Amino acid sequence: MSNETRTPVEPAAQPVVRCSGLRKRYGKRTAVENVSLEVSRGEIVGLLGPNGAGKTTVIKMMLGLVTPDAGEALLLGRPAGDPAARARVGYLPELFRYQPWLSAAEVLSLHVKLARADVSAQERQECLELVGLGQRVRDRVGGFSKGMQQRLGLAVALVARPEFVILDEPTSALDPLGRADVRDIVLELKSRQVAVLLNSHLIGEVERVCDRVVILDRGNVAAAGSLAELLGQRELRLHLTGVTPAATARLAETTVLDHTGDWITVALPADDDAIVPALISDLAGLGVQIHAVEPGRITLEERLLGILRKADQ
Amino acid sequence: MSTVLTITGLTLREASRRRVMLALGILTVLLLALSAWGFSRLAAESGGTMTSGEARLTASILLNLVMFGFSLIAALGTAFLTGPTLAGETESGIALTVLARPVRRSAFLLGKWLGLVTFGGGFVVLAGLAQCLVVWLTVGYWPPNPAGALALLAAQTTVLLTLAVLLSTAISPMASGVVAVGLFGTTWVAGVVGGLGASLGNEAIARIGTLSRIFLPTDGLWRGAMHAFQDPSALMQFGDGDGEAFPFLGAAPLTPAYLVWVAVWVAMLWSLAALSFSRKDL
Ligand SMILES: Nc1ncnc2c1ncn2[C@@H]1O[C@H](COP(=O)(O)OP(=O)(O)OP(=O)(O)O)[C@@H](O)[C@H]1O
Ligand SMILES: [Mg+2]
Repeated sequence: MSNETRTPVEPAAQPVVRCSGLRKRYGKRTAVENVSLEVSRGEIVGLLGPNGAGKTTVIKMMLGLVTPDAGEALLLGRPAGDPAARARVGYLPELFRYQPWLSAAEVLSLHVKLARADVSAQERQECLELVGLGQRVRDRVGGFSKGMQQRLGLAVALVARPEFVILDEPTSALDPLGRADVRDIVLELKSRQVAVLLNSHLIGEVERVCDRVVILDRGNVAAAGSLAELLGQRELRLHLTGVTPAATARLAETTVLDHTGDWITVALPADDDAIVPALISDLAGLGVQIHAVEPGRITLEERLLGILRKADQ
Repeated sequence: MSTVLTITGLTLREASRRRVMLALGILTVLLLALSAWGFSRLAAESGGTMTSGEARLTASILLNLVMFGFSLIAALGTAFLTGPTLAGETESGIALTVLARPVRRSAFLLGKWLGLVTFGGGFVVLAGLAQCLVVWLTVGYWPPNPAGALALLAAQTTVLLTLAVLLSTAISPMASGVVAVGLFGTTWVAGVVGGLGASLGNEAIARIGTLSRIFLPTDGLWRGAMHAFQDPSALMQFGDGDGEAFPFLGAAPLTPAYLVWVAVWVAMLWSLAALSFSRKDL
């Protein structure tokens, strides 16, 4: 009705989800204080943060499953409370459970029906094969193992041709093979311009597939940005002996991250390529014996821990 | 609308796959067989078919008694089915993925409700009809208004399960079943007490029954159903007003105003349930 009168938005420019100032309290406990985030079309965004940071609550507010106390979420251009907004969204919840009295195939056809999508039985079968349940199509979900139920949940999230897929800890119950499968599935979605919001505690997983990362801490966005922005800092591990006070002073001009025995780790700015040769020749000039120089890149894990520890202080 | 029907179908499929239908079917057959035996003994005692007024009175009372059994089974069954299928699903997370689809909460609730009404109403109508046939075959008694009576029984089930639906949007699955059945029992007792009050001419006590019938219409509908099952002469066997005191005879047919009130009551509670459910955080 009002769709015709609304000014058309460039599909590419329009984000699949835009949250602004989301807040949610449960009684006296604040689950989410102030969260704004955006996921663009075809983008893979990782949602990180410690237990109880509010990640799941933010996801549920996006899907209209939880009503925010303040702020708003726009899902595919519509308010999250509008059921039509969810027509092209796939969701795998953190606590996944499906009707135990239905078979895997019946669960998928139920969801296809509810999404009013036109998906053939053949495609549904392929979807189950994709998540490794091709042999268990006719079996009751009640008899599935935990990992199989999560695989089914993945199939449910993917089956109705979504434009946006929300995965809340999709690999929490999966074996290593399943985790690799999820990685491939997410990358395949990206190649089809399907946006993905991936909430996971497995940082390596996030680091490998995500374009951007949002870190939540105690209901707030602690950091957000592309991997390059967040991991801009590089580091250098040096094995040194005979460190004189002058050399220590020289090292202090950089950012010393760690000093254990003869091993020293220093952080380097991302853009300055001349800094390593200068540091090494200075140290050699000061009579320090240099046994090893190892370049290292800060991992997302270290960065995450750094951000969260800093917030703790 | 298609969403509503999908959910209705799902609810009915759950009832059958979880063997609820089978369990009810077996119970029903047992109760029917027992009553068939009872009625045939009764017929044998009184020598062939029962034609005397007293015999018709006994048949009416017995029929109402067995029907009470069926309505109790239906009430307990649907009240305890509503909790798991509604509150249980939101608690376990099954509803999470369903409601993350383009599904309106009220459509989901309507679908569940329709499924339960079909199930509970269908059960009392089928079991009640079978019971009427058993009585007809054994003692040759046929109620004056079986269709109306069965419709009232279905309405009684609907009323109770609407209450259970409202409760299970707000409280835990177990608590909702217990509270719904508890209230059902309480209004029945209040109805009996009120009937006693009426026959004793005590207005205050009689009002208890009237008020409870307005507050929760299950007992009112049940009395209407009994009146439609029993022989018109049954009440005359009792003295003036004494029939009201007897728990297995209905003193009067229901007034249209009361039926309108029942419809309003169901609509009101259903809307409250939809409101409460649409605000629920999952
Ligand atoms: N239904 C609820 N009732 C009360 N408190 C809740 C509810 N849901 C979440 N919370 C609280 O909100 C906070 C955030 O919870 P949330 O589930 O969003 O965390 P999370 O970031 O997903 O954590 P995890 O990594 O453990 O999954 C927690 O303190 C939790 O106790
Ligand atoms: Mg979570």
